[in-house]
Amino acid sequence: MHMADALLTPAVGGTMWVASAGAIACSSAVLRRERDDRKAPLMGVLGAFLFAAQMINFTIPGTGSSGHLSGGLLLAILLGPSAAFLTIASVLVVQAFFFADGGLLALGCNIFNLGIIPAFVVFPLVYRTVIGRDPSRARLGVGTMAAALATLQLGSLAVVLETASSGISSLPLADFLMLIQPIHLAIGLVEGGVTIAVLSFVRKARPELLQSGGGVDPSAGRSLVPVLLGFLVCAVVIAGGLSLYASGKPDGLEWAVAKVSGKAVLPAPEQGVHGALSWLQQKTAWFADYRFKGGKTEIGAPAKLDTGVTGIVGAVLTLLSILCAAFLLRKGSRGAVAPEA
Amino acid sequence: MSHHIIEVDRLRHVYPDGTEALRDISFSITHGESVAVIGANGAGKSTLLLHLNGHLSPSSGEIRIGHVPIDKATLPKVRRTVGMVFQDPDDQLFMPTVYEDVAFGPLNLGMSGEELERCVSGALQRVEAEHLARKAPYRLSTGEKKRVAIATVLSMTPDILVLDEPTNGLDPHARRQLITLLKEFHHSKIVTSHDLDMVLEVCERTIILNGGVVRADGPTVDIFRDDALLRECRLEKPLSMQGCPVCGGKGK
Amino acid sequence: MGSIAGALLDLKRLDQLAAGDSAVHRLDARAKVLATLVFIVSVISFGRYELSGLIPFFIFPAVLIAIGQLPAGYLAAKIILVCPFAVAVGIFNPFFDRGVLVHLGPLGISGGWISCVSIVVRTVLTVGAALILAAVTGFPAICRALERLGMPNVFVMQLLFLYRYLFVLTEEGGRASRARELRSFGRRGLNLSSYASLLGHLLLRTWQRAERIHMSMLARGYDGVMPVGHTSRFGVAEMLFLLIWSSLCILLRLNNGAQFIGTLVTGILS
Repeated sequence: MHMADALLTPAVGGTMWVASAGAIACSSAVLRRERDDRKAPLMGVLGAFLFAAQMINFTIPGTGSSGHLSGGLLLAILLGPSAAFLTIASVLVVQAFFFADGGLLALGCNIFNLGIIPAFVVFPLVYRTVIGRDPSRARLGVGTMAAALATLQLGSLAVVLETASSGISSLPLADFLMLIQPIHLAIGLVEGGVTIAVLSFVRKARPELLQSGGGVDPSAGRSLVPVLLGFLVCAVVIAGGLSLYASGKPDGLEWAVAKVSGKAVLPAPEQGVHGALSWLQQKTAWFADYRFKGGKTEIGAPAKLDTGVTGIVGAVLTLLSILCAAFLLRKGSRGAVAPEA
Repeated sequence: MSHHIIEVDRLRHVYPDGTEALRDISFSITHGESVAVIGANGAGKSTLLLHLNGHLSPSSGEIRIGHVPIDKATLPKVRRTVGMVFQDPDDQLFMPTVYEDVAFGPLNLGMSGEELERCVSGALQRVEAEHLARKAPYRLSTGEKKRVAIATVLSMTPDILVLDEPTNGLDPHARRQLITLLKEFHHSKIVTSHDLDMVLEVCERTIILNGGVVRADGPTVDIFRDDALLRECRLEKPLSMQGCPVCGGKGK
Repeated sequence: MGSIAGALLDLKRLDQLAAGDSAVHRLDARAKVLATLVFIVSVISFGRYELSGLIPFFIFPAVLIAIGQLPAGYLAAKIILVCPFAVAVGIFNPFFDRGVLVHLGPLGISGGWISCVSIVVRTVLTVGAALILAAVTGFPAICRALERLGMPNVFVMQLLFLYRYLFVLTEEGGRASRARELRSFGRRGLNLSSYASLLGHLLLRTWQRAERIHMSMLARGYDGVMPVGHTSRFGVAEMLFLLIWSSLCILLRLNNGAQFIGTLVTGILS
């Protein structure tokens, strides 16, 4: 599932951007070191293959609904982590630009959730561990399924955490989790089943592909794992810190959670850190969730809000004048520019 | 001029799965010659072409381009000398715009600035595709794609052109355009095709491959007159040499 | 998903729009990419209950659409189609956040509704900005711009390859899938095993295509590094474009323009 710009604060979106950009830089460096010039076109067309694959549906047994492959794990197994990660990231970039899936700020989150997690977390830690050195058929199957489940669970968990730490949505954390995790269990089962089936087809038809893909990368992949795990830890720490900062007071989310569960689920931030952060927030205000003028105001009531009628009148007038200006501008420049066919 | 000569000397190729695709093939092509390599599906045409550009290496025997055998060391030079036009232009046009595609080879050769500009527009001019320069490949018709694919090779100023099924999938007009174009080139040419009417027009010499060996090698017209030979190799006389179905007039 | 086929048609259309020739089209892509980023970050940085402050930001998409001669209706339809997720999450806000924030005469509007509408407005603004960027710049130019802004060459080439073969592969996938549907006679016989072998075939063909592309690259002197020829440059116009938009975005972020106009007008009227 795709994260969306509108649900993110710049702090969270920016953190995830940094983590994803770092992973792209690392993976690019690994590939450049490998100097396997076959990989460039291969990754490109496999990215396009993912699009094509997502067009084709199948009926999920017993439910009557249909599903399709999302493919991150399949690519990791075929290409190795670095190449697979770049391929997935490129697909997400195209989706962000043209299919407007999510948006540009959310791109960092999406690359993290759908790229870093399958390629650098699940693939080395779950898939490699389960299949071991000399995998049997059964082990491959179990490994693939476990990896698919882990990918989807971690991915959706990341979506929840990113949404919650941004605090734009008021959906309580617990409810959000209960809503999203079971759905992704089902999606994970489907993804695992399809991945196993496609891989066994490839194994029958051209076994050398699976060797070349997975076999080229492991040494490089292994050495990269610690680096990326480091990244992951950093990202989580930064995200944690920034989310304290972004929603570091009992706001709608925590208030709602507290109301739903009867007690505060999220631990109240430490006074010292909290104080420092709120000072920072006052100073910068740019990334602030809302301004902090009144200190600890009433629960659920933001310190600053639109003052009724003036706000609405202003908004409508602004919108109208923008539209007028745009219309005039367009008429003005039409003479100079050949209209688009 | 000497490096326009291609010599194929007892070339043999066995694929890893044990299929023997080429068995002791020998022929040579001299400067400026236009030669068709024809044969049924699976006769070994594609395997032969892949050797000419060094994508496959012989199991035994060798290929010499201008008396220099193809090996790892000579490969870059050979690839510049032998311009290969692939069957599916979508495989050959991999850049975002036609211009960038045609410039890909020259850029790799280290050209830049005005020289690059001249080279690219020259190549596009040769195939009458200058107006397509800024277009994305997926917006071109098949005929345009084929012509641009040829331009991507021409921009490398090769001495020898190798074309795999150049008229495949073209409508009659685009096919005619392409044939006219091919006739204008003074490069040595090797063409594989099932379009024997095109072969008759473009190539003065024809080599028939059958089951991985050279079954016949001679002037195109002579070969196409030999009904028994054509039948044996799962081929058929070009339509333009058959009698007219309407007036009953005899072909050539 | 049939929607992908539709989305590809859209993609072709956006690509065609990018071939236009207006003052914005002619700008170096880097200026447009950076300005769009500043715009998005400014929009996103607003607090959850801010609504009127977001409205003046519509000036950015509006002006670009006007100067770039983009079809506004088409872009609007696209934007509306693509924000279901944000709306789906935002729609919960009114239920969990009922504290009344704004009084309009007898009508009390809860914070939940305001933040829900705010989410939708943000989505429209940010998604719109991305689409407009694509429509006035074109994907390849955006990639080149990102490369010159420091993105690794490997990843740029990956994006360009993907973009090039998107059309080829989805057409191939579409043909295969149609063939399967035609033979399943509406029986929904589109089960997992036929799906897997279809996908497997498509995967193998894709792989072979990659091998052929690699061959044709080698044939033209490719040695592992993609050559890049840059043409456009970052001149005065680009600098002005970037400066004006960035400062406007920052100004609008720090001062609520709508509130200002509203106060002015209601002040005069009363």
